Amino acid sequence: MQISVFRSLMIIAVVAGTIFFTRLFPFLFFPPGKKIPPMVQYLGKVLPPAVIGMLVIYCLKEVQLTAYPYGIPEAVSVLAVVLLHLWKRNNLLSIGAGTVLYMFLVQTVFTA
Amino acid sequence: MKKCSRQRFFEEKNRQKERKGAADSAVEGADDAEDKEMSDRVKIRKSSGYGESFRAAFPHTIPVLTGYLFIGMAFGVMIQEKGYNFLWAMFMSLCCYAGSGQYLAVNFFVPGVSFLQMIFMEFMVNIRHIFYGLSRLERFSKMGKKRWYMIFSLTDETYSLLYITKTPEGMDESKFLFAIAVLDQSYWILGSGIGALLGEWLPFDGTGIDFAMTALFVVILVEQWMEEKKRLFELIGLGCGLFCLLVFGAENFILPTMLLMMAVLLSGKQLFMREKEEEGHAD
Repeated sequence: MQISVFRSLMIIAVVAGTIFFTRLFPFLFFPPGKKIPPMVQYLGKVLPPAVIGMLVIYCLKEVQLTAYPYGIPEAVSVLAVVLLHLWKRNNLLSIGAGTVLYMFLVQTVFTA
Repeated sequence: MKKCSRQRFFEEKNRQKERKGAADSAVEGADDAEDKEMSDRVKIRKSSGYGESFRAAFPHTIPVLTGYLFIGMAFGVMIQEKGYNFLWAMFMSLCCYAGSGQYLAVNFFVPGVSFLQMIFMEFMVNIRHIFYGLSRLERFSKMGKKRWYMIFSLTDETYSLLYITKTPEGMDESKFLFAIAVLDQSYWILGSGIGALLGEWLPFDGTGIDFAMTALFVVILVEQWMEEKKRLFELIGLGCGLFCLLVFGAENFILPTMLLMMAVLLSGKQLFMREKEEEGHAD
């Protein structure tokens, strides 16, 4: 620990508060009984699948395509996860094997 | 005994189908799914307390169990490397409960990060949660005091699970959804603790373990891809994300991506909804 226990607890409180606020937000602004505008309802339906697409990009945001290792470990591992999942459709297998493969690639094959 | 009643349900259902003039082959194809649904229904009819709710919810949460143990362990390993033991890891997973948010927060436990900076970064990373709540408004508002926990625990994975899971017939919906949410968080807390303990006892090179989070979202993406009507929206998310990443850079692209996605989705509303309706007719 490089910082005090008190500061560590404060950090947890601040992070917890911020995360809860983002989740509470729609419930504060659209309380029960108040009619939800059709536009908001529509977004509630179509935004979630789009957000999953965005999250995949978010997870891969640090990948450098122009410098070694050119995103190869990520590309190989993501492809492995997709193919494994299409083949077996087993979440544990897809996530577990993909992660182990990625760790192997970045630790032993594509070392800096 | 159970088999008998299940059989009876079955025959009844088949007779109904025949009356409706459904094709025999179609009935046969749906047999397995119906069989399972029936047995669930028989079990649930007896009572609908918390015990029953948790028992009924458990099978639905297995995908999250596997995912959360992994990415929870990854978090545990990372926070342990900063000098915090398993109790800290579990306490944090109890209070904060957000995959990417907690991964990010690991970087705050060093000198020199201001609280304002933490709030801003956490807000940016979790801003998508604002939109998750929108589709849960009606359901949660019927859940009494339990809705506070439902709102607190609305993570990406719990959200996705609530989205695809139908409450079994005869089951108290609010208890069933609550059970799913509680089970999910318990896996997350457990995973964090295990990860921190493993990191302490058998030091190993954890480089790359955070790929578990990527793999989890890729799996959700593939799952949703199989539901054809969601493909277009996933592609919009991927496209907007990639575009904004290239334009704004890795540090600041989440907010522009959200805005661009909303703009695209709203401007194409009529087109997208019409396509959806046509697909509905084809079924």
